[in-house]
Amino acid sequence: MREIFWLIPFVPALSTLILAVFGEKLPKKYISFQACGAVFISFLISVYSFIGLLKISPEQYPVVKNLFSWIHSGNFQANLSFQLDPLSAVMAMVVTAVGFLIHVYSIGYMAEDRSYSRFFTLMNLFTFSMLLLVMASNIVLMFVGWEGVGFCSYMLIGFWFEKHSAANAGKKAFIVNRIGDAGFLLGILFIIVYIGSTEFVTINNAVAGGSLSSGLITLIAILLFVGATGKSAQIPLYVWLPDAMEGPTPVSALIHAATMVTAGVYMVARMNVFYTMSETAGFIVAIIGAITAVYAGTMALTQNDIKRVLAYSTISQIGYMFIGCGVGAYAAGIFHLYTHAFFKSLLFLAAGSVMHALSGELDMRKMGGLKKYMPYTYPTFLIGAIAIAGVPFLSGFFSKDAILTAAFAKGQYVVWALGILGAVLTAFYMFRLIFMTFHGKERINPEVKKHIHESPPVMTIPLSILAFFSVIAGYIGLPVVLGKNVNWFNNFLKPLMHPVHEAHLRLGTEWLLILISVVMALSGIFIAYWFYLKKPDVPHKLVSRFPFLYKLLYNKYYVDEAYDKIFVKPAIKGSELVYRKFDLNVIDGAVNGTASGTGFFGKVLSYFQTGLIKDYTLIFLLGAVILLGLLIF
Amino acid sequence: MIPTIYFLILSAVLFVMGTVGFLIKKDLITQFMCVEVMLNAANIAFVAFAASTSSFDGQIIVFFIITVAAAEAAVGLAIILLVYKQKKTIKSEDSSLMKG
Repeated sequence: MREIFWLIPFVPALSTLILAVFGEKLPKKYISFQACGAVFISFLISVYSFIGLLKISPEQYPVVKNLFSWIHSGNFQANLSFQLDPLSAVMAMVVTAVGFLIHVYSIGYMAEDRSYSRFFTLMNLFTFSMLLLVMASNIVLMFVGWEGVGFCSYMLIGFWFEKHSAANAGKKAFIVNRIGDAGFLLGILFIIVYIGSTEFVTINNAVAGGSLSSGLITLIAILLFVGATGKSAQIPLYVWLPDAMEGPTPVSALIHAATMVTAGVYMVARMNVFYTMSETAGFIVAIIGAITAVYAGTMALTQNDIKRVLAYSTISQIGYMFIGCGVGAYAAGIFHLYTHAFFKSLLFLAAGSVMHALSGELDMRKMGGLKKYMPYTYPTFLIGAIAIAGVPFLSGFFSKDAILTAAFAKGQYVVWALGILGAVLTAFYMFRLIFMTFHGKERINPEVKKHIHESPPVMTIPLSILAFFSVIAGYIGLPVVLGKNVNWFNNFLKPLMHPVHEAHLRLGTEWLLILISVVMALSGIFIAYWFYLKKPDVPHKLVSRFPFLYKLLYNKYYVDEAYDKIFVKPAIKGSELVYRKFDLNVIDGAVNGTASGTGFFGKVLSYFQTGLIKDYTLIFLLGAVILLGLLIF
Repeated sequence: MIPTIYFLILSAVLFVMGTVGFLIKKDLITQFMCVEVMLNAANIAFVAFAASTSSFDGQIIVFFIITVAAAEAAVGLAIILLVYKQKKTIKSEDSSLMKG
């Protein structure tokens, strides 16, 4: 196999460079052609490398391409090197495939925007950083990509920075991510200190070989996971993701649904040896994931902003991925990441199409009955919703089922039960969204209604392709009930994973689990149908029946307010105190003190400066006499 | 031959007279003359040493000093003239613009 896979990140990087320098002067057509083309070339190279990877035997994984030694200082070494193995190949293909479709969609969505070239520059830069993250062969280079995607996320959330809320949302995302990154960085430093290497292969072998104490493994695993909770929006650092919806919709689809937010899952899967060796860390990952899955699901129930519902849904789905990683089913977690990338970006793009049609309207209470106006968006949206709800034969069903079965097999019944509850919630809020948006009475503003239109083909074609993949993507990872070796995806990733003791369930139990999750998903859909189409007054009755619960959910458990009270306000107060006491007194005092001290000495010395030539002469004479005396004696 | 020490005593006496005169007199012209006296005191010391060690170094330095003193006299007197034009006085106490 020719080692050209290292080019995958650099094609978008080159495009970024050209757009950043000449972007303002280039015609829009050329910008879109180059930006999409660069990602498409990356995609082709990814596919080519993937095919090459299939040809070599698993013992040769990973293929590492070392470009040059980047940092070399004492014992510490980090290279600019890339690695190709099943995990990075899958991730690179997902990032470039979904990324390409979203780039194409953006041509239509951003057509009227003033900062067209800035948008595509940042999108390309993001693609580059994300590919750097997933293809790096050492943890330091991965961290560079990790921070790079964080930066692009900040820039793109605040893309419309004239809007105050967008600028603030960008800042919030950046700051919350810094908190997680502090943990991640500490984990990296621990690895460097105790293992002495940054390469994933060496780290894996060292940990698997038992060169670290179990306490240290748990500590590092948890620190790394803190980073993952920041980037992947898990409890307690999820608060930035709903606000991140201030960015343009393609950004939400690419960064805040399909790729960047799943970086944490990728990282946990990459460092899987830590989470397999440490039961505690694995359990923490699984339980945090499960709680997040349900918690975010409940918040999605009452939101009226179409993108916010999807944002909470993303948080919840990433929770599932962490359940998979926590119970040792890393392949299932990555499998869900891969299917989720298709159907969630589809949902976001379709929501963007709805917004486009309604002149930017986000409030679902002002929609309804859109089915007949949007003959392409509606079916694709419906496919996405069915896929995420876990209805059989679509991709979401296979991946979610793989995770929940693994959790049950591991004996984590609480996690499994939370996962099932989350599945009901998912089905419910997704179909609530569908029914409120596309069915029922039209509640559209008459002013908006005049301009209502289906989106152009440049937007609907990517939607159709994503819908197609949302249907078929799951068939590479069929459940075990259909045969022993039908889960190709699992087998493909297996050589990378630290061997886990796999508990096998009886076939009957497996069928029962599948049945339960299917029944739960369908009942969620049915409840939504009942509430929002059959008896539209039921939700209102429930609200007046449980006003406290509704308010709690509607206000997102007051977590933002609580964080504001506990962390943000004291931090601001503290900084103000430091400013008043330390900055004004000590630092400014030192500066002013130097000035006034110099002035004081000057004043004292100026008494000798009488301006009379005789006095100077006298002093000069005295000095001469003293010097003479010193010379003689 | 007259011992060198006599010349040196004369030189020292002239020098001290020049210095004291410079310090106690208020008139710029007198002070200026005192400076000339000090220079010539130095000249006497130089030639005395030159004669006793029979080398030319001291005499050469004396020529330099006489040249410089001539130049200095020209510049110094010009300055004093200008000071007088400005202030209508040549008392050194009245020129104290550089007082801190």
